[in-house]
Amino acid sequence: MNSLKQIFGGDTRQFGMIFALVALVVFFQWRTGGKTLTSVNMMNLFNGNSYILILAIGMVLVIIAGHIDLSVGSVAAFVGIVVAIAMRDWGIPWYLGALLGLALGALIGAWHGFWVAYVGIPAFIVTLAGMLLFRGANQSVGNSLTVPVPEGFRYLGAGYLPEVGPNTGYNNITLLMGLALVAFVIYSEFRNRRKLAKIHADLPPTWVPVTKVVLLSAVILYATYLFATGRPGTSFPVPGLILGILVIIYAFISNKTILGRHVYAVGGNRHAAELSGVQSKRVNFMVMMNMSILAALAGMIFVGRSTASGPSDGVGWELDAIAAVFIGGAAVTGGVGTVVGSIIGGLVMAVLNNGLQLLGAGADDTQIIKGVVLLVAVAFDVYNKSQGKPSIIGLLTRNFGGGSGGGKTPTPTPQPAPTEQAVGTKEVISHEV
Amino acid sequence: MNNHTILEMRSITKEFPGVKALSDVSLEVQAGEIHAICGENGAGKSTLMKVLSGLYPHGDYTGEIFFQGKEVQFKDIRSSEAAGIVIIHQELALIPELSIAENIFLGNEPTRFGVIDWDYVNRTTLELMARVGLSEDPVTKVKDIGVGKQQLVEIAKALNKSVKLLILDEPTAALNESDSQHLLDLMSGLRSKGISCIMISHKLNEIEQIADSITIIRDGKSIETLHVKNDGVDEDRIIRGMVGRSLESRFPEHTPKIGETFFEVRNWTVGHPTVSDRLVCKNASFHVRRGEIVGFAGLMGAGRTELARSVFGRSYGNFKSGQIFINGKEVTLRTVPQAINAGLAYVTEDRKSLGLNLLDDIKSTTVSADLKKITRGLVVDKDEEFRVAEEYRKSLRTKTPSVNEGVAKLSGGNQQKVVLSKWMFTDPELLILDEPTRGIDVGAKYEIYGIIQKLADQGKGVIVISSELPELLGLSDRIYTIFEGAITGEVSRDDANQESLMKLMTASRKSA
Repeated sequence: MNSLKQIFGGDTRQFGMIFALVALVVFFQWRTGGKTLTSVNMMNLFNGNSYILILAIGMVLVIIAGHIDLSVGSVAAFVGIVVAIAMRDWGIPWYLGALLGLALGALIGAWHGFWVAYVGIPAFIVTLAGMLLFRGANQSVGNSLTVPVPEGFRYLGAGYLPEVGPNTGYNNITLLMGLALVAFVIYSEFRNRRKLAKIHADLPPTWVPVTKVVLLSAVILYATYLFATGRPGTSFPVPGLILGILVIIYAFISNKTILGRHVYAVGGNRHAAELSGVQSKRVNFMVMMNMSILAALAGMIFVGRSTASGPSDGVGWELDAIAAVFIGGAAVTGGVGTVVGSIIGGLVMAVLNNGLQLLGAGADDTQIIKGVVLLVAVAFDVYNKSQGKPSIIGLLTRNFGGGSGGGKTPTPTPQPAPTEQAVGTKEVISHEV
Repeated sequence: MNNHTILEMRSITKEFPGVKALSDVSLEVQAGEIHAICGENGAGKSTLMKVLSGLYPHGDYTGEIFFQGKEVQFKDIRSSEAAGIVIIHQELALIPELSIAENIFLGNEPTRFGVIDWDYVNRTTLELMARVGLSEDPVTKVKDIGVGKQQLVEIAKALNKSVKLLILDEPTAALNESDSQHLLDLMSGLRSKGISCIMISHKLNEIEQIADSITIIRDGKSIETLHVKNDGVDEDRIIRGMVGRSLESRFPEHTPKIGETFFEVRNWTVGHPTVSDRLVCKNASFHVRRGEIVGFAGLMGAGRTELARSVFGRSYGNFKSGQIFINGKEVTLRTVPQAINAGLAYVTEDRKSLGLNLLDDIKSTTVSADLKKITRGLVVDKDEEFRVAEEYRKSLRTKTPSVNEGVAKLSGGNQQKVVLSKWMFTDPELLILDEPTRGIDVGAKYEIYGIIQKLADQGKGVIVISSELPELLGLSDRIYTIFEGAITGEVSRDDANQESLMKLMTASRKSA
């Protein structure tokens, strides 16, 4: 136990969600007789869930800021149909289509942001209206028909990285990416250790970071192996790559930039933030706008994957994204949550979905199980908070978010958060009732 | 224990994981007396009251409680209320959208044939309000009456439960002088009708004025019980018991080094944010010199906070007219960021809802008003953040195991130090401190005063808004009085005393 603590730099319970994820994978690997951890299945998992995970990235920022966005599924569908028709009828190339989609997403986001931030209508209402509005717009623009998209566009949602360089029997780019990631893990661990040495004298013994790096590298290398050795022509999927880049960018923004800080500040206490010079209206506008841009992207990836845009694309996506965010430790009242936590929450749902499908469970059972998991995960978190302990998932992901590696590298904060006992001085007990 | 004892708590011990909040505390309250409980923040006063009111149920603590001669074991607040013990918390437990009558009968609604008996409710409410000296329509919503009156509604609610022992936690913390006095008079009135009161308060002058006996709690232990009449208790005696030492002076020695005027506001007029024809600031003019501590005295609702916040980037009300000069140059401060850039800082009176993000930790709160200063390129430098926060933790002597702690876990005094460090980090020229010592215990107040004086000595201007006149008199070099949004007087330190200020604060008069 103690050694685990040292490796992960905190309370072992904080790692409940990652542990749950690993346990789920192991469980399904065993129950499906090895069908879970195969190249094909892993590629399916990423292809089939990346758009939900992309939505979760935007959704967590919206929820941290204290809002909600119910319109993402409809916005995704509307953008998808407009882009599909633009490419079919106006003959614009796929990349211009994608740009058009993002611009349309920004426009819709500005619309939501205007009502939420500057008029002051609750986001629940604004986006509920948006949900109806853009679903209708999708069906009106497309006459409730399905519109196919060209080959190039499909690459976005179902493509693989090209084969380049010598024939190694692996997909070379995937291989390089995996190795680069391992190198980065080692480098950032080094850097952290150097920083720690600068601030505090007591460094953990050498075997701690070594074990940590070895464990992480092993996971990364195994994943690399799986993705690089699929059938010829496959590799780490393009949507997965887009997701990975977005996670890195957004984890960076939310953790390391002023804008990110301001999102947390506005969600935590809007009035206090305003009196500290935060322009909360601008922050609210930005998170709402950002959400719709990501919804547009998710919609286009889905269209690319399913090769056509249809009238019922994106139905229920908002709920999947919101569920991922809450499983990932965000608070309904705002101010709490992390990008990486939401991705882990989303992955838990995705693995569950995938594993149950492999086991042949029906859609009915799957939904029941997902509902129970959402409730239990959040109840567990709430229970821990009510016991005065820090939120497991929140703390877990806070530690993770600290890493500039977008979550692949748990970076302990300079001083690990003391446990409840350590802070239990008299001051704590009755901070002025 | 004799016949006159209504309550006796014997060797109460309450532990939380890893810490003993109360250890062997005893308390004896006589029937028909006002018993004050004093102690520094975190001493265990509130915990003791939670034990008494059943919030920490029997079994959660060790020790015995006797009420009216019988041992009692409360399992929740309902059972203590049934016995006649009612606690009124500092943060009032009223529902703003419900009427006075509905609040008084909440959870206790009289019914006839399953329907609420409104005749009875309204009739009884009128009687209860008369007993507490409140004249309002029973159907008035609680949100539409002031804090002072809300406090009275709470007491009326307690009376309705045929209270025998009333516990008041910081009853006057949010009240102005006249409302406080009314409340204290009411407590004396209840005493003469045989209702006992336990009162937790930081306002020692009130305790001295009204309490019959005082139990002092320090570090979770009951230190002593003083009888005000017999023992000849005064404020200094209480303070000595609370801090375990005598505070020679309540204000640090200080010789002001006052320079030239650098901040000036002229003819400042501001409208109410929602009521269009009401003015919250009327033609107010004032100035601050370098190194000077300027006090703003006024009753609650006089417009002190409104004036300060409207100057601070128009963060309150509708700006109508007025000018601000900094170093002789006129400036326009439309937004809070502009005000901060111009060198202003505003520490709010309402720490928890306007001053702090309670989800945040100390280090990120410290830098939150000037993130640019520690940002390199796009990246907020967290090492620098840690270093800065550590520096302020040391220099302000904030009591915390680490700057990684959440601010919600700190006591009021330490939270205020974090808020002060947040604004000191912006390196302001003018600090506006709105009720800087509200809800803070005596020892921490002394430290906060020291910080304020040090800031002034660095050549900054400081405006202190306070409801406590002794505080203003002890701290300020010059005091403005405010009444109904207008500045009614300007008094130098040597000429000011409580009576003269009170006169200016209550009667409108042409500016001196």
